[in-house]
Amino acid sequence: MSSYEKLPSKEGFDVLIEVGWKPGLTDNAARVAQEAFRDIGITLGLKDKISSSIQYRIKGVEGADFEQEKIASRLLANPLVQRWYISNYSHWSDVGVPHTLARASINNPPVIEYIDLAAEPEELLNLSDSSQWGLSRQELQAIVEYYDREGVARRRVGVGLQKIPTDAEMESLAQTWSEHCKHKQFNAIIHFRGANGERCDIDSLFDTYIKGATKKIMETRPWIKSVFWDNAGVMEFNKDWLFCLKCETHNSPSNMEGYGGAITGIVGVYRDPMGTGMGAKIVFGYYGFMVGPQDFHGRLSPPQHPRVLLERVRKGVEDGGNKHGVPTPYGRVFFDESYLGKCIILVAAGGMIPSRVNGKPGWEKRVEPGDLIVMAGGRIGVDGIHGATASSRPFDDTTPAGHVQIGDPYMQKKLMDMLLEARDEGLYNFVQDNGAGGLNSSVGETAGFCGKKGGCVLHLDRAPLKYPNLNPWEILVSESQERMTFAVPPKKISLFQRLARKHDVEVTVLGEFVDSGTFHVKYGGESVVYLDMEFLHEGVPQMELNAREEKRNIFPVPKLGEDKKYTRVLIKMLSRPNICSREYIIRQFDHEVQGGSVIKPLVGARSDVESDSVVIRPVLDSMEGLAISSGLNPHYSKISAYHMSAMAIDEAIRRIIAVGGSLDRMILNDNFNWPLPLNDADLLAQLVRANQALYDYTVSFGTPCISGKDSMSIDGFIKDREGRSKKISGLPMVQYLAVGKIEDVRKCVTMDVKKAGDIVYVVGITRDELGASEYFDMMGAVGNNVPKVDGEKAKIIYTGLNKAVEEGLVASMHGCYKGGLGVALAQTAFAGDLGMEVDLRSVPTTGVSRNDGVLFSESASRLVVTVAPHLRGRFEELLTDARYSCIGKVLESSEFKVIGIDGNVIIRSDITVLKEAWQSPMRY
Amino acid sequence: MKPKALIMTGFGINCELETEYAFKLAGALARRVHINELIDRTKCLDDYHILSIPGGFAHGDFLGAGKALALKLRTKLNAEVQKFVKDGKLIIGICNGFQVLVKSGLLPGLQGDYSSQSVTLMRNSRGRFEDRWVSLNINHASPCIWTRGIDHIELPVRHGEGMFFTGKETLRELEDTNLVAARYAGPNLANAEGKYPFNPNGSPNDIAALCDPSGRIFGLMPHPEGYLHYTNHPLWTRLRDERKREKLPEEGMGVGIFRNAVKYARKNLVI
Repeated sequence: MSSYEKLPSKEGFDVLIEVGWKPGLTDNAARVAQEAFRDIGITLGLKDKISSSIQYRIKGVEGADFEQEKIASRLLANPLVQRWYISNYSHWSDVGVPHTLARASINNPPVIEYIDLAAEPEELLNLSDSSQWGLSRQELQAIVEYYDREGVARRRVGVGLQKIPTDAEMESLAQTWSEHCKHKQFNAIIHFRGANGERCDIDSLFDTYIKGATKKIMETRPWIKSVFWDNAGVMEFNKDWLFCLKCETHNSPSNMEGYGGAITGIVGVYRDPMGTGMGAKIVFGYYGFMVGPQDFHGRLSPPQHPRVLLERVRKGVEDGGNKHGVPTPYGRVFFDESYLGKCIILVAAGGMIPSRVNGKPGWEKRVEPGDLIVMAGGRIGVDGIHGATASSRPFDDTTPAGHVQIGDPYMQKKLMDMLLEARDEGLYNFVQDNGAGGLNSSVGETAGFCGKKGGCVLHLDRAPLKYPNLNPWEILVSESQERMTFAVPPKKISLFQRLARKHDVEVTVLGEFVDSGTFHVKYGGESVVYLDMEFLHEGVPQMELNAREEKRNIFPVPKLGEDKKYTRVLIKMLSRPNICSREYIIRQFDHEVQGGSVIKPLVGARSDVESDSVVIRPVLDSMEGLAISSGLNPHYSKISAYHMSAMAIDEAIRRIIAVGGSLDRMILNDNFNWPLPLNDADLLAQLVRANQALYDYTVSFGTPCISGKDSMSIDGFIKDREGRSKKISGLPMVQYLAVGKIEDVRKCVTMDVKKAGDIVYVVGITRDELGASEYFDMMGAVGNNVPKVDGEKAKIIYTGLNKAVEEGLVASMHGCYKGGLGVALAQTAFAGDLGMEVDLRSVPTTGVSRNDGVLFSESASRLVVTVAPHLRGRFEELLTDARYSCIGKVLESSEFKVIGIDGNVIIRSDITVLKEAWQSPMRY
Repeated sequence: MKPKALIMTGFGINCELETEYAFKLAGALARRVHINELIDRTKCLDDYHILSIPGGFAHGDFLGAGKALALKLRTKLNAEVQKFVKDGKLIIGICNGFQVLVKSGLLPGLQGDYSSQSVTLMRNSRGRFEDRWVSLNINHASPCIWTRGIDHIELPVRHGEGMFFTGKETLRELEDTNLVAARYAGPNLANAEGKYPFNPNGSPNDIAALCDPSGRIFGLMPHPEGYLHYTNHPLWTRLRDERKREKLPEEGMGVGIFRNAVKYARKNLVI
């Protein structure tokens, strides 16, 4: 919309607020307008500039300027990335909106500076902080020692460099060694002391527990093809196709700017599978939004109100997924006050690679010496500089906004189209995502796959820029989005370039890969970086940390009176923010594009109740499918991080079982989100515990983590109304994604009851495990009896139920998650538009003495299953070794009736009432 | 010989693979062709019998859905496309493709004018993108070739800009000449009468699809390529017994639309 033109406004308005992007941020609409100009034959000069903005015309807010400013700055725009202009009708009809273009430019010519490290350690640390390198004392020492090595100095002088580091070298090291890239806490030596005094030394949590478990599981799972070296883990889908999976966190950027953070996150995580093996086509995206309460009105003022934040991250994933042509069929939303300081925004993506690409396994790739370094996609600006280092810090006033970006799914879709064609035509040897850390990371890592020693010569002055005068170090570490790095054999380069022209993708040759052992970067013929590959990638000193677990059982045992009006209690439970419907979010994501949707995120008679997991057919001429789900519940970490982690694994798996998946071919992905544990020995001990649970249960279930991610700074400093800063740390949590191979999707089941007269079963034991449950939370308690997973018993249940689905015995199946059996039964009934009558006396329990325990305990590994009466015998036969019980039946009417443990009717309601309670809270 | 269908790709079109698959199932020789290959003449539109502009977000929808791609067709491929129409060939635009067809003037093609825009598709009345399944009533009086023999079909809609808009007179003309090929239907197969969510975008007269007076050019907001197998249907797990009893086909109803075009092309266009 042109700011010049006064578009007709018949009705008039009170206030006009025009919102546009600040200079330097990606303005996607303006980019497209530029393309359209080109199409109609108008070429824009260097000085010409387009920018876009949106006009909001508002009636009925004729208030003070203060209110208008508030509407603009708190609701319509984010001051960090957007600018606005406020006008009223009469002013607007006189003069319109003044026309200002967002133009980013740098006037100073580029420079290369040297950094003198001959200083006291304290001074060096200050320098590291003020330069935003985020390097520790130990790391700075390692760098000083490296530059003191005799051979190093000699070789540097040989390429025209001084003996001391350049700014580009320090930036390169800082970025390569950042927590974000090196996961230093997960690789540290940890001296662990448990609550009961047991001690052990752990040499890398990652190697010991995550890699350790996966390697062990892989001994019996030959279909796991590639783990822990590439951008995503790879498993075999069928004889023709591989499936790969990766997750990311985008907490820090989203916390400052929800839309930019989330769109950059989702579009960015697609590049992980795209850059895995010989390159994947993305077949689904995933989201997880953990934010503050929607109705928050406390004393603290987070940078974005949780309601605004949720809407902005939702919109970011909507635009990122829908405009990329990738379905977003599954995700989670979780509310907790502890995420006011910093939100957790998770994204993930799955992709498909042909089993063989030009005769070679699709999961393998190698760079040949002499291959050209080719950058494809977007141009480079100062955006995203210090993203990798900034995301490894707590959030406060000084966090640079420069690392917030706006992703462009349209540009990346063009890039993906090109990549897949280039892959199939064999035009490159290697492909790598260009994300956090920019060229430094992307080219640097790719160089490691060249020959024996690895290496490259990279010419930064050849890189296409958004505007001139970037310093060489900025070009090197800029995280401008939508870029991939390719290693292209010289004889293929002209075909590669021709293909790029066809797809309207900019590609640039930036140098070549060599087997020199050196990461050599030049600018205008001069060397700016000359670092040993080995030092750059392996030189970061291993951290040493102490973990000391404190005694648990810290919460008072709640002595709650029993609220016997259970109908009312159930209705309240269904309306809880962490239980109620998220339909408004799910509907705005295209969850069916690509044509393979089998089990949708919303199922049931009216297609409006959330499915346990979703199922897609990624290959249209095959009936094989993938079931996708996740498990998470940060509340359990209030009591025990071990059981929080275990319960999340069990939940993710159970959700796959519920639609018909099998333990035989299921993979997981771990995503750790923790407050900074460096100065908190107990928090670190809890991290160890969560990893131990990962090991114990992934091995027990035979479900390996094939990829993962950690974000170790869920801390925020936010101001209260008096301007005092307060630290808020998020509840530690691990999210597990689960993906299960489905052999024949036509056998899948959904969670909604199908027919009156069907028998209602509960499978699994209900224990006195209300600790950190939704029910206790509603009652203002935490408790100590956190649910625990019995892996062996769970396996018996999951195997039996899978067999029952295979044999077509199951009418509906739904896991018991937050809110326990009570919530699961209600959802099962109202999803199928039929009533239900159940008797709690029949529920298999251990140590539960009250109705609230049976209804709302969140014990693991339980499912509600309905079965047609004539299939009862065979169904029960398959569950011989499991604890299960028939507890009632599906009714013809809409009545929902529960008989309590004393034989009285404790709940009598109507499914329409229950469903309304579940749907209404977030019917935005 | 099989009729040849060109599936347009590139610049943010994103339903090209399933649209190609739909034409294959329907018996066509389907080929994905990048718009730039047509512009630089490495591929020739003339070699095909059916042109399909699939769904997606061409140019990110940033200047209004379909607008920038419509502009590109008008400026870069106008002669080829106009000849394609004149030769009596078939065109389908699905969702974003429909938006391109109306914004480039290829629909509704009143009075033989295939280059002036007379109707548009605007932002949904609820102002947001939505993915949901809708029921459609097919207008039997319509000359549309693509919908022949279908009474009623259920398909997904996945759009944010699907509310039909035009002037009163044009609307009357469209109705009088039966160019409204399909309408959103309510629960009892009556027209939705504008009622949400049955009419998902607020289109007047529940307009979901249009064709030109020849019936060969067809545009619709719902996605027939989203219903190629019965397991695409949101209620399929509830209809298991019925499937077994009535021995229903594996194929989804969306294929029928593509098959109609292939059948027509085989009879009238393939020499």
